[in-house]
Amino acid sequence: MCLGIPGKVLKIEGKDAVAEIMGAERRISVELLKDVKTGDYVLIHAGCAIQVVDEAEALDTIKLFEELNEVANA
Amino acid sequence: MPEILDRFKDPAVARMLAEKLRKLDGETVSIMEVCGTHTMAIFRYGIRSLLPESIRLVSGPGCPVCVTPVSFIDAALQLCRSKDVIITTFGDLMKVPGTGSTLTDEKRNGADVRIVYSPLDALDIAAGEPAKKVVFLSVGFETTAPVCALAVLRAKELGLHNFCLLSANKTMPQAMKVIAGDEKSNIDGFLYPGHVCAIIGTSLAEEIAREYGVPGVVTGFEPLDVLHGIISLTELIRRKENTVLNEYKRVVREEGNPTALNRLYEVFEPCDAVWRGFGAIPASGLAVRAKYSEFDAWKVFGLHEEAGREPEGCMCPMVLTGRVTPDKCRLFGKQCTPESPVGACMVSSEGTCAAYYRYGDRK
Amino acid sequence: MNEFITLAHGSGGKPMHELVGSLFKKYLANDLLLEGDDSARLTVQSGRLAFSTDSYVISPIFFRGGNIGKLSVCGTVNDLSTSGAAPLYLSCGFIIEEGFRVSELEEIVASMAATAAECGAKVVTGDTKVVPKGAADKLFINTSGIGIIPSDIEISGKNARPGDKVIISGTLGDHGCAVLLDREKLGIKSDIQSDCAPLSGMVRQLIDGAGSVHVLRDPTRGGLATTLNEIAQQSGVTIRLNEAALPVRLDTQGICGMLGLDPLYLANEGKMVCIVGKESADSALSILRNHKYGRDAEIIGEITDLPGNKVYLETITGGSRILDMLQIDQLPRIC
Repeated sequence: MCLGIPGKVLKIEGKDAVAEIMGAERRISVELLKDVKTGDYVLIHAGCAIQVVDEAEALDTIKLFEELNEVANA
Repeated sequence: MPEILDRFKDPAVARMLAEKLRKLDGETVSIMEVCGTHTMAIFRYGIRSLLPESIRLVSGPGCPVCVTPVSFIDAALQLCRSKDVIITTFGDLMKVPGTGSTLTDEKRNGADVRIVYSPLDALDIAAGEPAKKVVFLSVGFETTAPVCALAVLRAKELGLHNFCLLSANKTMPQAMKVIAGDEKSNIDGFLYPGHVCAIIGTSLAEEIAREYGVPGVVTGFEPLDVLHGIISLTELIRRKENTVLNEYKRVVREEGNPTALNRLYEVFEPCDAVWRGFGAIPASGLAVRAKYSEFDAWKVFGLHEEAGREPEGCMCPMVLTGRVTPDKCRLFGKQCTPESPVGACMVSSEGTCAAYYRYGDRK
Repeated sequence: MNEFITLAHGSGGKPMHELVGSLFKKYLANDLLLEGDDSARLTVQSGRLAFSTDSYVISPIFFRGGNIGKLSVCGTVNDLSTSGAAPLYLSCGFIIEEGFRVSELEEIVASMAATAAECGAKVVTGDTKVVPKGAADKLFINTSGIGIIPSDIEISGKNARPGDKVIISGTLGDHGCAVLLDREKLGIKSDIQSDCAPLSGMVRQLIDGAGSVHVLRDPTRGGLATTLNEIAQQSGVTIRLNEAALPVRLDTQGICGMLGLDPLYLANEGKMVCIVGKESADSALSILRNHKYGRDAEIIGEITDLPGNKVYLETITGGSRILDMLQIDQLPRIC
């Protein structure tokens, strides 16, 4: 029930930011994020960043998913 | 980061996981994908065609448009016909049937109805049209409700007294507990909506596992997320482990997003709400608090939710609770199609019936 | 000339003649048009004619990458090309709303002339009507066109055969995305442009260079998905597409991801679906990629002997699902 897409924060202007989503840009609100900085990737829903995407966790998760791959191949 | 995120769509890994899924035949399990976006993803990624017979996927009520009662649409239609009112809405609501009309029909007849991508865009419209009242049709669960709350907070800050929202926002926990506690529903595990959990955290899933003995996996929306989520959940169920796995940690923290929750509950408070298919569920809706009542369209316009009529023969209630599949409804594919939907499950882009119609192999 | 179009410009009298002479004929001039008769008299070699007509009511009339005029020529030229015919002669009828800016009309007509010249087609007859304010949305254009189908060509939507390969000449959904950004205030900034282009030259090279071209069709309204379903039904075959091979620009994916749209259902105005015999697929691909309008061409699927006359998408998971034609217009959504 929630389309969300990751975007990169290009610049922050008060409670808003300009985000880049695969080459397209849009103004979004970052008011729901406690800490966000330029260069962060955020999950965008209905014109608002609702969470910062954690790169370390992303890497951990993808390794977990790919692990199955290696086990299957072994 | 983009390269890492792209790996969640990697075809080679997807095929390996798909193979694993295909081979996961065994004791029959019944998994509910709570979230309409998961229902759609499962169809769109062709995952349905990979499932062994023993893994049964049931669609749940996590489709905000589908569970919105006809009476909300009727209230919106009434506003369409009011003088000097601009209706702003997500595109999802435009074709939902109310009693005798839809927002699209009203727009065709001259009503000022505008689609917005964000409730915050409705504020720009309000600022530009001070002589009109701008109403935002506020639907959505905990993913969307904080953004709607922000719109009210900003309207107050900017002094946009011509803005208000008509709330049909709802929260998931109460409905989830109704399903988990329903012995007839036979659900063995839940695939939890990753974006709702990004806001509320994992506590709901943990509570349901603990109190009702139903395990769950918090799942994202990319192909690998969905494949792996179904595999993990099937294995949990078959091992009889009543636990919760968070497989969307890149976005779901255990505590969710406290800032978002704080804003949400600053503006909204729980209220009883009618869910299509469930009837009234206590404390499952969100109403604008008294201190923001000048932004509450129900109060501003003196509207009441009248009991709308469920269309004759429509089985949306049974579909939403996972009791029947859409093809069992007499109207499915005949009187009820995406072009002329009878019930909300067909008109919502992620409604179960719409998914079955679009992606299912109709003879 | 006035700054704005008035009802007098459509009434057949002096103002209309001035408009036709100083604007339409200025840009569209050729010996046949300038004869000035009510019907153009054309000498054509005998054989089969391809004949097509389309009306253009797009809003906004100016969009990133084109305008309604360019679109109206491309659309008819491309439709003629789907029969393997080179576009020869075009007509254009204008229905103009009173108050339309003459300078904008001039820009549109200049565009049409440039596009027609690019494909060697001549506008040989036309019509101008002006309607009162409110009776039309700024400007509507109808174009019709004829071309000769070479005698050894047999290209039709009913000719797809099991074993054939399906090729798309470039990225999907560009036009639909571009126009959406211009028409709705969605606040999204992007470099994306309409792909509006006349493809007759590219098609000519394809037909001359690759053997066994069976079907050509441009995936306009309803997108690739709708066009392929039409062909599947017309030819009585089932089409299998490889999702990973479908070319979609990154920013189209971003915009569609934000708005919940599917690029396979968005309009394309400068792309061609080419269904060719298996043995010709590689050379067809190479020919398309060598042309400026076909740089991003890809082989995206094949025609199977499965029953049902449907279109299936083989997804990246290896699973398969139906790709139906467009049921209802897509709207931006959050769910």
